[in-house]
Amino acid sequence: MATRHKFEKCCDIGIFSKLTNAYCLVTIGGSENFYSVFKGELGDAFPVVKTSIACGSLIIGALCVGNKNGLLVPHTTTDQEVQHLRNNLPDQVIVRRIEEKIYDFDSCISCNDHIALTHPDLDWETEEHIVDVLGVDVVRHSVDGDDFAGCYCSFTNNGGLVTPHTSDEELEELSTLLQVPLVAGTVNKGSWCISAGVIVNDWTAFCGSDTTDTELSVIESVFKLNKAQPSMIVNKTTNLLIYS
Amino acid sequence: MDLAASGMFLPPQTVGTILCCICGVTMSPNSANMCVTCLRSRVDITEGLPRHAALFYCPECQCYLQPPRTWIRADLESKELLTFCLRRLKPLTRNVRIINAEFVWTEPHSKRIKLRLRIQKEVLNGAILEQSHIVEFTQHDNLCESCTRYQANPDQWVAAVQLRQHVSHRRTFFFLEQLILRHGAASRAINIKEADRGVDFFFGNRSHAVKFVDFISNSIPAQSRSDKQLVSHDPKSSTYNYKYTFSVEICPICREDLICLPPKVAKSFGNLGPLVLCMKVSNSIALLDPLTLRIAYLDANKYWASPFKAFLSSRQLVEFIVLDVDLESSEIVVGGLKYALAYVQVARLSDFGKNDNIFSVRTHLGHLLCPGDYALGYDLYGANINDIEMDKYKGLDIPHVILLKKSYEQMRKKKRGKARSWKLKSLNMEVDGTIKARPDEEKRTAEYEEFLWDLEENPEMRFNISLYRDKDYQPSEMASTVDGDDLPSVPLDELIAELDISDDENDNTNSME
Repeated sequence: MATRHKFEKCCDIGIFSKLTNAYCLVTIGGSENFYSVFKGELGDAFPVVKTSIACGSLIIGALCVGNKNGLLVPHTTTDQEVQHLRNNLPDQVIVRRIEEKIYDFDSCISCNDHIALTHPDLDWETEEHIVDVLGVDVVRHSVDGDDFAGCYCSFTNNGGLVTPHTSDEELEELSTLLQVPLVAGTVNKGSWCISAGVIVNDWTAFCGSDTTDTELSVIESVFKLNKAQPSMIVNKTTNLLIYS
Repeated sequence: MDLAASGMFLPPQTVGTILCCICGVTMSPNSANMCVTCLRSRVDITEGLPRHAALFYCPECQCYLQPPRTWIRADLESKELLTFCLRRLKPLTRNVRIINAEFVWTEPHSKRIKLRLRIQKEVLNGAILEQSHIVEFTQHDNLCESCTRYQANPDQWVAAVQLRQHVSHRRTFFFLEQLILRHGAASRAINIKEADRGVDFFFGNRSHAVKFVDFISNSIPAQSRSDKQLVSHDPKSSTYNYKYTFSVEICPICREDLICLPPKVAKSFGNLGPLVLCMKVSNSIALLDPLTLRIAYLDANKYWASPFKAFLSSRQLVEFIVLDVDLESSEIVVGGLKYALAYVQVARLSDFGKNDNIFSVRTHLGHLLCPGDYALGYDLYGANINDIEMDKYKGLDIPHVILLKKSYEQMRKKKRGKARSWKLKSLNMEVDGTIKARPDEEKRTAEYEEFLWDLEENPEMRFNISLYRDKDYQPSEMASTVDGDDLPSVPLDELIAELDISDDENDNTNSME
């Protein structure tokens, strides 16, 4: 089930937050409303952590990348922030600071729980870290001729969304590489920057408030959000109870 | 790009389809990622563009006003009108790009002009939208300033130039007319009027009149005076309206005049024989002493410092027949023209055969004359000389006859009535309607005919004049010359083919030959 949301008038919520299957990171600053929407949707048991990265920067979504196994942060992150993250995130999540001079992990790397799509020129060391921390296979590819694939696509274990300008052949190729079905679409009323516009995990998604109904339906269908909902599970159980 | 050139395999790229983010219809991606209909419905690029505008039109001269003051002539649905309308819209359409503009037909009397523009503008993330937009111009009638002034008083002029020459013939004015036509000096004249001994030109602007006076002074030795008369005065803005008059007096010396120079002038030229012939008048007067073949040039200032009059002019020419020629010197070139001193024996044509009056005279026409030729000259023997300057000379030896030029009269008599292959244009002058117009007209036509003969005989006179080919002229079949020498005529390559682009020419059968 996808929810529309906004961070202080900006519809690019992917910059200010990060959502994985195990946790959710939300930036500090801004109103409590931003945080409370995540909390309300994801439930009390799910860790929603308020943090800043890289010396108090608010754009945490753009700076770090992670999945249920681990989280990678840039070298500008302070020790306190790393410690804060380690304290609040579940124990199985490894938090590691990468020393390579990359500032915007989100545009270089895009990953789900099994595969990561990275910038073709990434360091070999960083790749090792990715394999180690995130527990994924690394695929180096560009999207639509652009090396910074991370911002143009967003994928989970169920499916993925890429920018509209991708050609059919490229879509097929990426789909085979990443082993998830991919669809070209837009978010935030025609914006082509997918990872900034929508954050998604296996059962829920949040997109910018400018997203139109059409785009929302595309997101829900490709990420298969309609079926996997916590509320759905509850409903099913109630039905069984009534009938029995 | 480079990859393709290097021969690397590039997989074919087909453009994918996405759903329009608003209506969900499948479309190929564009920079707004909305289908065209959604884009059009959301964004109107003609917002803020003018839909109506006003134009001021002068019905008299069919001009449109471009503020603050210029009036531009344009026909309905013409290129000029299109440019004009677009220029009026320019400041309002700064942000959009106009791709195409065309007129939409409107009823000619509806006083509306409709323009259809195709506009391109960038919207959202760089998508360029093209849309058509109609602007309606309302035409308001408003007389332009010159038409208002003309309506108030049709004869309104601001500056007048009065050309006068105090001689009894109008040859100078015929020549001047051709000169003016050739250089277009009177193109700004509102009105041209013929007066008794000259022509009046009326202009709407003082500077036009000054330019005209300058042109005249450069072509002919003339003296000018100017004057102004106050017409109205606006005390509040302290502007004064004047009427300016320029009085131009052309020097009375013409070609082929016999002049007796005043002693001072003769001395200043090195004792040039007091009897001189005027050979050429341009911006200076060329005076030839026929007995010594010396030429002197007198320019306008020098002439007007001590003006003198001719004492015999071409009216008083008498025809002579040449009996014998005795060349004294060889042909020399003086002042661009060939002359040769000779002693000739001539007799007046009226005397020839009747009595034996033969004159033995010295002339400058030795190179032209042969026995049996006819010549025109001044008969001083029989003339009654009444000149002030002549009296100043004591003991002056006056020759009996001074020959001026060879005569083609006899030949002309044979070829009378034959048409010319060329013709001249003329200025449209208002003739001063007076009672004694009739006899003047005959004199006028005779003078004009003589002027045309002059043109035929003298190539240097044709220098500054445009001669036009006469389309109605058919050379006669019997073109072979019976007599030995031809009448001098204008060679064909000097004639200009008439260019008919204006509607008020008489013969406009076909244009350029």
